[in-house]
Amino acid sequence: MPTEARDFAADAGEPAGAGDRAGVAVRGLGHAYGELTTIDGLDLEAPAHRVLGIVGPSGCGKSTLLELIAGLQAPTAGVIEVGGRAGAAERLAGCAFMPQRDLLLPWLPALDNAALALRNRGVRRAEARREAGQLFERFGLGGFERSAPAELSGGMRQRVAFLRTLVAGKPVLALDEPFASLDAITRAEMQAWLAGALAADPRTVILVTHDVEEALYLSDQVVVLSSRPARVVAELSAPGARNADRDAAVTDRGFIAARERAMAALHEGSR
Amino acid sequence: MKRWLLPALLLAALIGAWQIAASTGAIADALNLEDFLVPSPSEIASSLWENRSLLAENAWVTLQEILLGFAIAVVAGIAFAVAMHLSTTVRLASYPLVVASQTIPIVVLAPILVTWFGFGLGPKLAVIALICFFPITVTTLDGLRSVDPEATKMMRSLDASRLQILWRVEAPTALPYTFSGARIAAVFAPIAAVFGEWVGANSGLGRQILLDNGQLETARLFAAAFVLSAIALGLFGLLALAERRIVTWR
Repeated sequence: MPTEARDFAADAGEPAGAGDRAGVAVRGLGHAYGELTTIDGLDLEAPAHRVLGIVGPSGCGKSTLLELIAGLQAPTAGVIEVGGRAGAAERLAGCAFMPQRDLLLPWLPALDNAALALRNRGVRRAEARREAGQLFERFGLGGFERSAPAELSGGMRQRVAFLRTLVAGKPVLALDEPFASLDAITRAEMQAWLAGALAADPRTVILVTHDVEEALYLSDQVVVLSSRPARVVAELSAPGARNADRDAAVTDRGFIAARERAMAALHEGSR
Repeated sequence: MKRWLLPALLLAALIGAWQIAASTGAIADALNLEDFLVPSPSEIASSLWENRSLLAENAWVTLQEILLGFAIAVVAGIAFAVAMHLSTTVRLASYPLVVASQTIPIVVLAPILVTWFGFGLGPKLAVIALICFFPITVTTLDGLRSVDPEATKMMRSLDASRLQILWRVEAPTALPYTFSGARIAAVFAPIAAVFGEWVGANSGLGRQILLDNGQLETARLFAAAFVLSAIALGLFGLLALAERRIVTWR
């Protein structure tokens, strides 16, 4: 058992884990499935409490990259450090992975889904529920604690899934296209909502998405990856966008210029 | 319309047709048999009533065999499926054997079991469990393996141990599969019990059926078969009820 995970267990009373500051550093990363090289010599840096957006063409290895960072897979070359520690177990302990679909467990009410990480660490059910329940109101889920996932809307399910990731109390959040399954309006709402959630409870976030606008709005820095094997073709940012009103931010001239550059880089990289 | 209405109507029509065909002697004539060899439903019903204590006595014996054998099959079936799921080595080594075990005709195996274990409860339980564990194992293993790999990654990232993933994600996913397997097993169990009793028993519905057949007591034979069928249907119904109460998320 990695010591870091034990530490989280010890202060499980603090759901936020905001005290933990850990950045992510990727150096010379390589990964291959057998003969197929998906990632070759990739360098990335996400300082503590910053949001790093990763966009790239479909099948470029974004999801693989995220799983590598989160300690769910082992790289074939290079080093990945989470909070300065490179072992897969340490990365697993330092990162909370949120998959593309919400994957809420249908046999558990929303509250127990959100409290999964605490239960996994041996926190008693009543205590885990109390702790996860504190966040429901703030996340616009008040009154839905006892609801089955099937009774929730897509946006609410995604919020519960994000809550579940947050309650794990890890310094780094690895989000794999968190809003890809939502309709455009709900997605925009959820992006603004996530920006608010991160302002209240800052974490280091690795955000994988195919939505350039989403990446630019939510991230402090965005890297554009090429198609396989993935390498960085552009680094961009839209400073301050996340802290502004979303509608205003995405129509800002600087934001639009950055989006154009990102789209151009994306096209160039997928050739 | 109520769900049971159509099957009830069909059943009533079949019984009615049988009643008419048997009581007018149409079937016996067509088969060139004595009338008493083709009992009508009403004769079976009266035989059921007249022999109620004999049938109840034997039904109790067979019911015990079925319930115990079935329980063993459920426990062993699930345990085996979990072992095969957790260990690739166990799965690769034993899966062919599990399938092979089902290809041995139970009529061949049952006499040997009686030779080894005698006329008591043992061989019957062995036969029932051997037949019933297979559908439970196969469906449960399928269920355990049907879990979304992304869900497993999510759980690992939320600090779940292998056993926690099994308990919190894989087991609930597999549960409806297990119930399907158990329902199939519930229908096989009485047949297995009859086989077990045929090769050597002092009591039970299977033995009763064998005796009645020898003595041309066809009405009582049908009555015993009716009781046996009722046991299977009861077990099936109980499982369906349990599934509805437990698997509330489907």
